[in-house]
Amino acid sequence: MSTLEIKDLYVSIVTEQGSKQILKGVSLTIRTGETHAIMGPNGSGKSTLASTIAGHPRYTVESGSIALDGEDVLAMSVDERARAGLFLAMQYPVEVPGVTMTNFLRTAKTALDGKAPSLRHWTKDVKQAMSQLRIDADFAQRNVNEGFSGGEKKRVEILQLELFRPRFAILDETDSGLDVDALKVVSEGVNREHAKGEMGTLLITHYTRILRYIKPDFVHVFVDGRIAEEGGPELADRLEEEGYDRFAAATPAVEA
Amino acid sequence: MAEATKMNNEASTAGPAGAAADEKARIGAPSSAPAAIAGFSEEGESLSELNTGTAQHGLKKHSHGNAPVVPEASRGERLKSYNLEDFAPLTGREEDWRFTPLNRLRGLHTEPLTGTGPSVRVSGASNIKVETVGRSDARIGSAATPEDRISAAAWAAADGATVVTIPANTVADAEVTVTVRGADKAPAAQHLIIEAGAFSTAVVVIDHSGSATLAQNVEIVVGDGAQLTVVSVQEWDDDAVHVSSQQAKIGRDARFKHVVVSLGGDLVRLTPSSVFTAPGAEVEMYGLYFADAGQHLEQRLLVDHAVPNCKSRVTYKGALQGQGAHTVWVGDVLIRKEAEGTDTYEVNRNLLLTDGTRSDSVPNLEIETGLIEGAGHASATGRFDDEHLFYLMARGIPEQDARRLVVRGFLTEVIQQIRVPALEERLALALENELAAGNL
Repeated sequence: MSTLEIKDLYVSIVTEQGSKQILKGVSLTIRTGETHAIMGPNGSGKSTLASTIAGHPRYTVESGSIALDGEDVLAMSVDERARAGLFLAMQYPVEVPGVTMTNFLRTAKTALDGKAPSLRHWTKDVKQAMSQLRIDADFAQRNVNEGFSGGEKKRVEILQLELFRPRFAILDETDSGLDVDALKVVSEGVNREHAKGEMGTLLITHYTRILRYIKPDFVHVFVDGRIAEEGGPELADRLEEEGYDRFAAATPAVEA
Repeated sequence: MAEATKMNNEASTAGPAGAAADEKARIGAPSSAPAAIAGFSEEGESLSELNTGTAQHGLKKHSHGNAPVVPEASRGERLKSYNLEDFAPLTGREEDWRFTPLNRLRGLHTEPLTGTGPSVRVSGASNIKVETVGRSDARIGSAATPEDRISAAAWAAADGATVVTIPANTVADAEVTVTVRGADKAPAAQHLIIEAGAFSTAVVVIDHSGSATLAQNVEIVVGDGAQLTVVSVQEWDDDAVHVSSQQAKIGRDARFKHVVVSLGGDLVRLTPSSVFTAPGAEVEMYGLYFADAGQHLEQRLLVDHAVPNCKSRVTYKGALQGQGAHTVWVGDVLIRKEAEGTDTYEVNRNLLLTDGTRSDSVPNLEIETGLIEGAGHASATGRFDDEHLFYLMARGIPEQDARRLVVRGFLTEVIQQIRVPALEERLALALENELAAGNL
């Protein structure tokens, strides 16, 4: 059982107009086996939270803490965080020219495990995971994300989730830009991994539709860099009916 | 010529300053304040009087109006001559010399080429013929005619030539290595001829190393039905200056592969060309260059589709690191009126690894007939993207490994084309050394 504990987190970014605070005191605790959905209007700071956990240098932590089983995550470099068991499925996965998927997956797996995976099992695992996510076999020889469609990139993120087996997965709007079929395939991938009972999931989404496939235990509503409301799955149902209007009225959305 | 289409997509990309408005975060990199790039102004490259390559930008406006050079209407009309006098002394304003820092040629364009020059030793295959011949040998001039002043000067100055012949119907029993080893810096001329007889097969590696100031002509004859690979490796010492014209004449149904690997030298300027003389032939031209601080690596290619139904593919890739690293790639593809059924594609990719580097990329496609299979070109130059780095590191890969992964992947595609295992291994190692030297 692992715990990812975010305490009173304040995060800012540097813009042309100067420093701008995006997260204004976020506290959240996720345990192995739990699925937390973070929902909220555009610009509420959802993705900032995801990127901050992963260590993207654009975001400056002003105060607060993130701890993984008591270890200070904020003191770790980006790669150390990944090796500690944090995985960010990115909203916009980048294309990495010149590096094939095969080479990338093996290099990452080796770095994460501290040793090269057994070739025989690894090849089989990759093939099986790709087939379950309906990723064509020829993707293995293509460069990372190069020329992939939006939906293909998201599938490849979940492919990595299944192969790398993190302790905590942060899914940053993995559902955006997916059609219904792809949404199902991707959700099944997350559910497969989650069902093994060794992962906690932080699901960041703007829409409620992915929650038909991935059932959250907890729902947190983000507004203006804070958690404005928390509850169980029923909160998502309510948001589906009412939208974010009742929150948006109180505070104007900011771009993040 | 009235119907001719001429496309010239010119791209000149200077260091990260080019992406000034980029809001993306940068990992471990200094702030993206606009960096001063030598010879680069907001209007593009500055054509200075002598291509000094020093920081003159911003001091005065450059002018194209004073240049006495009349631009050629077609790449096919470029002056070709064996007589040095036919070429005017270089000013740096010529279209084909405008990127070259003439003051770093160490006199190659002005001094008599009387130096001893690098030694030439041919080894490898036993069933080929190697000769050293005098100036009167009939094979001199069988594939090439100089197209610039330095090539013509080398032609005039060379004592003779080293001729490597793969006899007709012969498969070379090993690869052929022409070791060109430079020992002194006096400006010198050199002439090599590689002749692949009809239906022969061979791989010839021209391996340049040491120190030299060398003007070189390499003539390549690819006989009917022959399959020839020529690899030109430039692993010169840091101070070498090398200007090399490598012209190939391609026979009917022949297969010719030309691979350039430029890693060393202070100034290396290669002008490889492939001229089709009969239908059914295929040419692949590959290049890999890795420029470090202060290095100027230039390549200007020509593929001349002068006859019907030939195919060409050009792929050049470069990486740059360190202050003043400069690469130039100009790819001219000419599809003449007669060349119906032509199929051609050329691509150039450059990766700017650090601040202070500059890469010029100019793909030119000239099409005089519409009855072709296909013709295309592409060029892209980008800096090492910090988002790449973040992505790879977020998967647990340490920073240095991530950088090397990207650069290695980018460049090895070309090395894999050589298909000489020992040489591939050596060059892969050389690349690793380049990466290590740049602290990447």
